[in-house]
Amino acid sequence: MADEAHSGEGLTFHPMDQFIVRPLFGDGEVGVFTITNATLWMAISVLAIALLFVMGTRGRAIIPSRVQSIAELAYGFIHKMVEDVAGKDALKFFPYIFTVFLFILASNFLGLLPKAFTPTSHIAVTAILAMAVFLTVTIVGFAKHGLHFLGLFWVSSAPLALRPVLALIEVISYFVRPVSHSIRLAGNMMAGHAVIKVFAAFAPLVLISGIGIAVTPLSIVAITAMYGLEILVAFIQAYVFTILTCVYLKDALHPGH
Amino acid sequence: MTGDIVQMGAYIGAGLACMGMGGAAVGVGNVAGNFLSGALRNPSAAAGQTATLFIGIAFAEALGIFSFLVALLLMFAV
Repeated sequence: MADEAHSGEGLTFHPMDQFIVRPLFGDGEVGVFTITNATLWMAISVLAIALLFVMGTRGRAIIPSRVQSIAELAYGFIHKMVEDVAGKDALKFFPYIFTVFLFILASNFLGLLPKAFTPTSHIAVTAILAMAVFLTVTIVGFAKHGLHFLGLFWVSSAPLALRPVLALIEVISYFVRPVSHSIRLAGNMMAGHAVIKVFAAFAPLVLISGIGIAVTPLSIVAITAMYGLEILVAFIQAYVFTILTCVYLKDALHPGH
Repeated sequence: MTGDIVQMGAYIGAGLACMGMGGAAVGVGNVAGNFLSGALRNPSAAAGQTATLFIGIAFAEALGIFSFLVALLLMFAV
């Protein structure tokens, strides 16, 4: 599909071009161990997080510097969320949840830079993150409660005749969790970036035809507005991914129905 | 005219699946609107419920995501 758009006249480009995974060096095939633009931007995200926390915790001042306040704010925010949503005994998993949150947040925000690549816009990346959460939660549930964990699917407050039906629905919704968990993040990132690119395709219309005098300012305003919305969405999707991780963890630690 | 009727059906189906987005929009708007009307009646309790708000939005949105999934499957898997 992308090639058809390139063959057109003028400044046309395909809005999905930005999601193509390319090798960073040379033009070969993308294999398992090829260093691609996705690898590069994931590495930049990890470096940015490490830099923030190394710089933030170096001073350890009573009156925090700006970097230290950001680090403290992020730490406190997630710490409180894990405690509120999943309970006090979920704090053992706080390092993992905090890591996931920071990685998604950094990838989302860095992906908004011009010419950047967003690793979280690929289902392959988010599916791994969601599967890791799903497997952790399932293993923790069985390790902590044994077969009592299956009580999660047996709604004991419902009438007895309804319970098998509800159990079937609960089982399906349990196994669908990693699907919706991963596609939500990837879909939001991909759709937002694609919309910006679609408006960006209208922006140079003034160079081509007369109608561009009306369309170009409108599309530039639309790009700016979408960009503002995307900054909000980048944060909210990282937050939603993390809070759902906490909810699933709560189910594993306290499987009561 | 090239291509076959199966592909045409898949494309039409993918377009129809986008209607699911409208359902998700109604759901998310309902959750947020009810949160706001509750929050304006008792603003002191609102701050503690933002986590619930986002969980509700996420679950309502999940069903819109399934329609996106159906569209993706029709486009690339059928």
